Amino acid sequence: MTRLSPARIALYVVCALVLVYLILPVLIIAPISFSSARFLTFPPPSFSLRWYLQYFASPAWMQATRVTLTLALLTVLIATPLGVAAAYAISQSKLRIMRIIHLALLLPLVVPIIIIAVGIFFIYARVGLVATMPGLVLANVMLGLPYVVISVLAGLQSFDPAQEMVARSLGMNRLRSFFAVTLPQIKSSVIAGGVFAFISAMDETIVALFISGGQYQPLTKRMFTALRDEIDPTIAAISTLMTAASFMLVLLASARQRRNS
Amino acid sequence: MKRSVSDPSEQHRRRENGLMLALVSPALLVILLLIVLPVGWLVWQSVYQDGFTLEHYRRVFTEAIYWRSFALTFEISLAVTVIALLLGYPVAYLANSVPKGWSILILSLVVLPFWTSVLVRAYAWLALLQRSGVINQLLRYLDVISEPLALVHNTFGTVVATVHILLPFMVLPLYATMQKIPGDLMQAGASLGASPALTFVRVFLPLSLPGVLAGCTMVFVLCLGFYITPELLGGGRTVMVSMLVSRNVELYNQFGAASAVAVVLLLGVLLIFAVVSRFVALDRILGQK
Repeated sequence: MTRLSPARIALYVVCALVLVYLILPVLIIAPISFSSARFLTFPPPSFSLRWYLQYFASPAWMQATRVTLTLALLTVLIATPLGVAAAYAISQSKLRIMRIIHLALLLPLVVPIIIIAVGIFFIYARVGLVATMPGLVLANVMLGLPYVVISVLAGLQSFDPAQEMVARSLGMNRLRSFFAVTLPQIKSSVIAGGVFAFISAMDETIVALFISGGQYQPLTKRMFTALRDEIDPTIAAISTLMTAASFMLVLLASARQRRNS
Repeated sequence: MKRSVSDPSEQHRRRENGLMLALVSPALLVILLLIVLPVGWLVWQSVYQDGFTLEHYRRVFTEAIYWRSFALTFEISLAVTVIALLLGYPVAYLANSVPKGWSILILSLVVLPFWTSVLVRAYAWLALLQRSGVINQLLRYLDVISEPLALVHNTFGTVVATVHILLPFMVLPLYATMQKIPGDLMQAGASLGASPALTFVRVFLPLSLPGVLAGCTMVFVLCLGFYITPELLGGGRTVMVSMLVSRNVELYNQFGAASAVAVVLLLGVLLIFAVVSRFVALDRILGQK
């Protein structure tokens, strides 16, 4: 195993290069965001918080941040219960149609987002949901659902439904036995699903480009528009904050999962 | 009364089924209203404009801007898939062949970019690849080049950033498949006198093919519909199908043409899934993220 053949060394080198390629873009943004330079220079001339100050002082960016946070939170609050209920039914029911329903719930992962975005735009334009908060939330609930369903289904796979039967035979009704017996055991996969849905809503760009507008534009839409015009280091500051937020959420979720298992 | 006549277990089953259907219905409703209905609307809009017409499809298949964009999208997706496979296979292989702690480290580095927004990564690539960007400055500092290279606002930049975003979708199914290949087989090959290279080619590689197929499908299909990276890093010259759709809607108000392009793209994606699912289970391709 430890004998190093030339092929093995080549493998190590190739893998190291690929991993650098994967990580580099994630790591490059933070130094840019703390640079004092107006234009991109590397290494940064001196440390500065000016791009963060610029971000926090800008009413437009702050409004977009509020929209993103509200949107992501509402998406989780709606997508999680819907996804849990659906995953529970799919795993418990023997109905044949459930297989088709299961596949239907994964459609947001199969259909190219650009098609979903344009289609929703046309529908929203008819019913007056373009540039509204409910419209944004609804679209993101749909996009987040598969993550909740996949995560909770995986959690339910290791759960023995007989336990719930026991609780019911002892006189609990179905709803109470679900909350008292089933839910605590699949809690970490429910939380993981919710975290995925939150991050998906926070990062979602393409649908927002088509259906959001006016005062209800999330961060990603404003960032996209700004990126098309010029590279403003304020975006590096925002990107760093967004990345830190998602990493923290993922770490929290996975720490929970490890503690439970 | 009817109730007393029917079998109690039958009645229980029916109530159970009703409850389960009630539990999935809200989620299903969201999917129906926000995917099935919009896609249905696109199909309708692509064939109906003051009466039934195939005019939009005729344009898509005969006008150069359309089929060129489809051809370019196909080429880029193919290139991205091949590069992702060439980069992803060694990483998955290494992760599969090292002790558990190392493989966890490698896989976490692979999925790490998952948790940064696609938009953030597009920005990072702009910062790295532009004329005054990190890579050009570094190469000039090292005296490798005298003039900055055009690394972005072209197809090259698009491919570099797209491979970066899609690589995890290649590595994860590859790794999952390799995990299931029993290590004894390689030892058996070696004990029968085959060189490591021969055992790899004759035993390991064929057994890893389902993972290759799953990874390639996912990367290719996701790439077909990619929008953000070509739009931001393609410099306006790399017009992929997704940009054709959005420009027809946002700039030209050509809703019928946009719908026809979208429908053709969707049919392409569904066709690929239909063909591939005959060889590899669909949830194996989808259930990775």
